[in-house]
Amino acid sequence: MKFTLSWLKEHLDTTADLDTIVNTLTKIGLEVEEVTNPASGLNGFITARAENVRMHPDSDHLHLLEVNTGSEKLQVVCGAPNVKEGLVGIFAPVGTLIPCYNEVLKVGKIRGVESFGMMCSEKELGIGQDHTGIIELSSDTPLGKPAAEVLAIDPVVEVSITPNRAECLGVRGIARDLAAAGLGRLKPLNIPEINGTFKSPISITVKCPDACPTYVGQYIKGVNNKAESPKWMKDRLTAIGLRPISPLVDVTNYINYDLARPLHVFDADKITGNLTIRMCQNGEKFVSLEDKEYSLDDKCLGICDDAGIQCLGGIMGGAEKGCSPETKDVLLECALFKPECIARTGRKFGIESDSRYRYERWVDPKSNVWAAQYAAKMILDICGGEPAEMIVCGKEDMPEQVAYIRPSRLKDFIGIDVSAEKIIEILNNLGFKTSVEGEKIKAVSPSWRGDIEGEHDLVEEVVRMIGLDEIPAESLPHDKFPKPILTPRQNNIVAVKHELADRGMYETVTWSFTDSGLAEKFHKSNQPEKILLQNPIAADLNEMRPSILPNLLLGAKNNIARGYPNFSIFEVGPEFYGRHPNEQCTVAAGIRVGQTSKKDWEHSARTFDVFDVKADALAAIAAANGPFENPQITRDAPAYYHPGRSGALRLGKNVLAYFGQLHPLICKQFGIKGNVVAFEVYLDNIPLPRNTHDKAKKKIEMSAFQPIDKDLAFVVNKDVNAANIIAAAKNADRNYISDVRIFDIYEGDNLPENKKSVAISLTFQPKEQTFTDKDIENLMNKVIVEVSKKTGGELRN
Amino acid sequence: MEDLESLKTQIINNINSALDIKALEEIRVSVMGKKGILTEQMKGLGVLPLEQKIETGKKLNVLKAEFEQALNARKEVLETAELNKKLATETIDVTLPVRPETQGRIHPVSKIYEEVVAIFGQMGFEVAEGPDIEDQFHNFNALNMPPNHPARQMQDTFYLPHSANEDFDMDKSYVIRTHTSGMQIRTMETKKPPIRIIAPGRTYRSDYDATHTPMFHQVEGLVIDKTTTMAHLKGCLYDFVKAFFELDEIPVRYRPSYFPFTEPSAELDIGCLKTKTELKVGAGNDWLEILGCGMVHPNVLKAGGIDPDEYQGFAFGVGLDRLAMLKYGIPDLRTFFESDVRWLKNYGFSPLDFSSMTGGLSNNGGQTR
Repeated sequence: MKFTLSWLKEHLDTTADLDTIVNTLTKIGLEVEEVTNPASGLNGFITARAENVRMHPDSDHLHLLEVNTGSEKLQVVCGAPNVKEGLVGIFAPVGTLIPCYNEVLKVGKIRGVESFGMMCSEKELGIGQDHTGIIELSSDTPLGKPAAEVLAIDPVVEVSITPNRAECLGVRGIARDLAAAGLGRLKPLNIPEINGTFKSPISITVKCPDACPTYVGQYIKGVNNKAESPKWMKDRLTAIGLRPISPLVDVTNYINYDLARPLHVFDADKITGNLTIRMCQNGEKFVSLEDKEYSLDDKCLGICDDAGIQCLGGIMGGAEKGCSPETKDVLLECALFKPECIARTGRKFGIESDSRYRYERWVDPKSNVWAAQYAAKMILDICGGEPAEMIVCGKEDMPEQVAYIRPSRLKDFIGIDVSAEKIIEILNNLGFKTSVEGEKIKAVSPSWRGDIEGEHDLVEEVVRMIGLDEIPAESLPHDKFPKPILTPRQNNIVAVKHELADRGMYETVTWSFTDSGLAEKFHKSNQPEKILLQNPIAADLNEMRPSILPNLLLGAKNNIARGYPNFSIFEVGPEFYGRHPNEQCTVAAGIRVGQTSKKDWEHSARTFDVFDVKADALAAIAAANGPFENPQITRDAPAYYHPGRSGALRLGKNVLAYFGQLHPLICKQFGIKGNVVAFEVYLDNIPLPRNTHDKAKKKIEMSAFQPIDKDLAFVVNKDVNAANIIAAAKNADRNYISDVRIFDIYEGDNLPENKKSVAISLTFQPKEQTFTDKDIENLMNKVIVEVSKKTGGELRN
Repeated sequence: MEDLESLKTQIINNINSALDIKALEEIRVSVMGKKGILTEQMKGLGVLPLEQKIETGKKLNVLKAEFEQALNARKEVLETAELNKKLATETIDVTLPVRPETQGRIHPVSKIYEEVVAIFGQMGFEVAEGPDIEDQFHNFNALNMPPNHPARQMQDTFYLPHSANEDFDMDKSYVIRTHTSGMQIRTMETKKPPIRIIAPGRTYRSDYDATHTPMFHQVEGLVIDKTTTMAHLKGCLYDFVKAFFELDEIPVRYRPSYFPFTEPSAELDIGCLKTKTELKVGAGNDWLEILGCGMVHPNVLKAGGIDPDEYQGFAFGVGLDRLAMLKYGIPDLRTFFESDVRWLKNYGFSPLDFSSMTGGLSNNGGQTR
């Protein structure tokens, strides 16, 4: 909502300066977004008179003049065609910043003659577009005055009006609030009597009083819409960004912004028969003045003539019956439409208008008659014409809106003491009718306020008028020693992020949306359906993501394209498996792309592989206090992984994580040439510790005797999993075998086609006494027997 | 005995002039080996008369000790020289760079989450969580925003129909939550007052420019009990911004505003200095809006099953990404979600940079590499 200072002063009798007004607006809840004040660029410019004007000796169009600033006379060269003896204008002495050029004026030398300043045009001052000549002020203007004081400069203020303050969508409402805040007096609004001299030739019938309780029609014949709107009106409309069009349109626009009162004017000669205000029929067609056709339904309110819908009531006029310069006879509409109806139609058909904006918030239900009179007078003044008798359908009625406020509530709820007298004064200034009823103050809302429902609303009015600054700031009382507040699950998520970052990965955050085309192959068996948004912001952000990986891969593609082919990124966030609330789970997903680093002098860089991401997944599980030591590893990762180079880490039925190399076709789909390995850890599937209070760590047994390492190699079938050999070896003696590692795998010469050799290194930990050779031999035999039993492996000689 | 003296001088000279360990060993053998000069002398003792035997024996023993000492001393000199020679050949270029290692980073949004949790944790708030896909009751209606409410249209809502093949109904469809305020309701449904929670999370609106992205992060705050006033709201949020920006003092300004779910409502501005190139929080003549807040509307308490005649409190909502932009000088919101590794490295945080009220909110984990 924009207005100019002079416009405001049309309603507000005040001596306050612009800064005070602006600060007060923000303080009372009408937030000032921008102040455009051309006067702020006029420092240094003063009034001066051109004297001793003569031609420049060396030019046929330049003049020499003596500029009289009141305190001195300066020689100036001037090229303006309108310069003449005795002209009073705006002078920029040397050293003035010229807004139009954004340069400081220096002493000039023009064709051999020095010039000590400049007589200015509107454009040079940044206050207008005129550059055909210098500004001419009236000849009795005092000399040496600051330009800002003598030029009629009207600053524009833009305020943001919250939805509850519909009356402030008119300048008068803003003026009223400022007056209530102590910044002057609200001037009375003079409502003229319109004496109709004949009966309106068009009759009006309202068939839907629920949606349109009041409809006022004022017929005026013989108007001249080719007349000019007054300059002040055009200036104000232009200043707030509206284009003056014709007097009839300008008047409705002006009153809309002046009094927050939407109006409509029909070209009466284009109306077929009479007007009926009724609900539309399903499928009924309407062409708006923006030339768009709508197929309406029975919840839309239409202003209709015998030929059909001519205006979508309270929202937008029709293409056919609008005014043109040739319009002679008009019907002015000033009506009340119910906010629910207007909002619903506007939303349903996506029509925005200044009128809808006001109707769906609140329009003063008692303003139909007087606003029609006010507007009619303006039209008659500008365009001439002869008014008919006013038609008023329905009653201007509003049930009394009553609310009560207890002065004690200010103390109990807000924390400040405010006297009953002060509360009454504030409410009265805002237009409420107050009375005291025992401990309570009764307040009847003025008709322009539709937002007052109860005590909390009145409290707000009092608080904003007193000012939030008056409320003391009091720290929340809290425990001396704060308790940890994160749940084990929340702590786990933080820990997983730090663990993965500590492993060299960059944490990223990507949209919860994804491109349903790219994500097609990322649906797992529990995600049969695409969860598509009704109104995505872009076609490639149309699905709630079934996996984090597609978004990470898009990031990978972009990084590679930017020349960064080696990196690791992860995200912890939601993955969606259903369209209903809570059908989502928290996943830590990461990808490693390319090599561990660029090449270095030691050649330590290598390509990321499955075991990097398997380690990531295990580390994330460990960070989340999950069973990282002995998870079950299966080979059934989803199909977007490489079928032979991927796995799942499981705890019973639950998948804790998937890891592996991504399927080459997936990489191809994303335009990624190299190798990508990935993991997804399902944090919600990691069991939480039962007892979080028990902080005791597992007791450690530290043997006094040195452990001994022994190596064994087994020949097994190629399809035997390494994990099974390790498990069998460990199980051979759970007491003394403390660790089993694989240190070599060999296939090829000296071995049958389907066999491989797996060499393991065992750590034997003596506990009671040092092992004898016999003890060690026994342990090794146990391992050989157990591995052979579980895997069919034979000791390799 | 004259022989012995001259022998000694000669042998000591030989020892001290030995050029390497091998030569030294040869001298040792020639003197003290099985057939060495000294060994031979020792053998000859047996034939001497007792008195002379004792005297000569003593002298020979002294001589032997002197030789051994000389041998050891020379040996150490030679070994040190040899080691130095070897070390000299082992010189490498220590100016070579170390092996490549990558320290990862924590995203600014996660970092701010941890900072906010640390601060509100101090004041006794717990952390609540809720779904990204939300029903309209929790996202709008219960928050005093019925379907035709103008405020509802100011939020560019993403809709999600209840099933893929149903006709879209804007007023019944699910939404992707437009704010975390729905967590006020979800909290009240499951928890009895006194309530103190913050609810951080992803939020979504259909908007895209340098300061708006279709997804962003908010943290909601809710305090409900019998005695909390707007003065507490002011105190709590002042304590928060001061702690968050790690400043001893910070100018703040509360402006009356409007949210359907609070009344009175306010927006909080902090003092800052805006220049063309930077934005400095905590000083200067400009104001910067950082959060919205207010006293919980009685209709919201009712919708959450709490009696507004008995209980009262405040709520607030603040953008986590916006806080990150302000505190850490990140100019463009869109870059938060682009996974650009250059950005992540520059604006991310060391995994060792933990936030706590006593240890500090940021950069207490050392320099990031």
